[in-house]
Amino acid sequence: MAAPDKRVTVDDIVGEIHDGMTVGFGGWGSRRKPMAIVRALLRSPVKDLTLVSYGGPEVGLLCRAGKVARVVYAFVSLDSIPLEPHFRNARQSGAVAATELDEGMFLLGLQAAAWRVPFLPTRVGLGSDILTANPDITTIESPYPEGFRPWGREPQASGGRGELLVAMPALELDVALVHMHRGDQGGNGQYLNVDPYFDDLMCMAATQSFMSVEKIVPTEQFLAEGPVQSLRINRLMVSGVVETPNGAHFTECPPDYERDEAFQREYAATAKDDGAWEAFRAKYLDVTEVEYQDAVTSA
Amino acid sequence: MPDDVVPAGSPTRAEICCIAVAEAFRGDGEILANPIGTIPMIGGRLAKATFEPLLLMTDGEGLLIENTMPVGVRNPAKVVASWNPYRSMFDIVWNGPRHVIMGATQIDRFGNQNIALLGSLAKPTVQLLGFRGAPGNTINNKTSYWVPNHSRKAFVERVDVASGVGYDRAAALGERAARFHCLPRVVSNLGVFDFNTPDHRMRLASVHPGVSVDDVVAATGFELAIGDDVPATREPTVDELELIRTVIDPTGLRERELPNP
Repeated sequence: MAAPDKRVTVDDIVGEIHDGMTVGFGGWGSRRKPMAIVRALLRSPVKDLTLVSYGGPEVGLLCRAGKVARVVYAFVSLDSIPLEPHFRNARQSGAVAATELDEGMFLLGLQAAAWRVPFLPTRVGLGSDILTANPDITTIESPYPEGFRPWGREPQASGGRGELLVAMPALELDVALVHMHRGDQGGNGQYLNVDPYFDDLMCMAATQSFMSVEKIVPTEQFLAEGPVQSLRINRLMVSGVVETPNGAHFTECPPDYERDEAFQREYAATAKDDGAWEAFRAKYLDVTEVEYQDAVTSA
Repeated sequence: MPDDVVPAGSPTRAEICCIAVAEAFRGDGEILANPIGTIPMIGGRLAKATFEPLLLMTDGEGLLIENTMPVGVRNPAKVVASWNPYRSMFDIVWNGPRHVIMGATQIDRFGNQNIALLGSLAKPTVQLLGFRGAPGNTINNKTSYWVPNHSRKAFVERVDVASGVGYDRAAALGERAARFHCLPRVVSNLGVFDFNTPDHRMRLASVHPGVSVDDVVAATGFELAIGDDVPATREPTVDELELIRTVIDPTGLRERELPNP
């Protein structure tokens, strides 16, 4: 029995994203981002989004285009350009609100949402201004005394109060968008670079998840592409899949392709100059994906 | 790299700093040494290649490697020991066996660190990196700092926001919650600093050759603890200098991160 057919278009995906929604993005920094879907979002009228991301250029682009109300992040970086310039402008002008988190708290928030629990406990955040920045994130005391073991040892009466921990709340998403190297029509997904990032958690933390892939292959072909461990996303996690060749451009997607550093520099430079941004937008964003790919491959 | 940039003779300031960073890992044994930045990475790899052979280090991305990998070289040879994607890195951070060296845009007398932003959280005047992993690193692992531009803007009376936890904030949490908090040292382009004082205020541990105590005091925005006799930071041995110059950093990236004064 073949996998079900969950193939969609990027416009179908954007059609599921409405004003005010919370949208999570897979990848990390300027690495394996679902940029073809981001470009479709940029062409759409959608606005007031809350972005949840180990942030890269998708955050800067969507902020610059006025689509963002809030960003939930631990960093926003282009990797080879450490600070995302459009995101910086948006923060420094007060155009977007911010929820600043630690990278690990961010992981725990996604994990909590994926496991359908309201929070996960962690030491992370104690003592830092993360808790000042997020007054709604609270601490708890462990219900167990120090040294407690549930297999019969007497609980220590001297334990007193339990250990202080941060209760990292679930980061529940309306929609998750991820980009993988290979997928089948049913929504099983495979990564072929070193790091899976947190794409599977993003998908499980979301009500609906959409995956773009470099190439849709028959399910039978997966193990010719990579080892079983590379099959990180299964179709239970995915609502729709779309083939977008070079769809992570200009972020990196090795081994299929590296980051387009020249293009990234061109993008970053537009943060200093409204005219340059308008020219960039006209050439690369107010166009179809086919025209975009023509423009970036002929450059 | 032109010959006049990397002198063949006496150690440069950058090379002194590589040694000062390497020394941060002395005695660490079998843990993950996770230095971030060019000079920290050179120092960490030097420590592993010489006096701390049990250290485990990353390739800068998702692999743990056993060989002495050069910085600034495309596709260097890697002896891959393990797979360490970001999710596994958080396992190590929370499990404990790790010493990280981070940067600091601002650092104060108790070692509170700011890499997040300048100004206010609501509307920063300068948005920097964000909190990144600093809260989790400092509450779980040994955390040292590398500050290549020692000045009153970097060594401040009070950080705008604390991304990394300092000793005063750790003390306020109490012993149990802060039991893994440890800031072994701060290395700047002027000297080495630690918190080996009764109340964990920052102490000038050594000055780099060619730097005076007065130079450090003038460039620091708070009062440092300073002993009567501040030693000089140790210089690299002939073998260490050879390793830095020919094996670990053959293209002289260290001199670009910190030009010789």
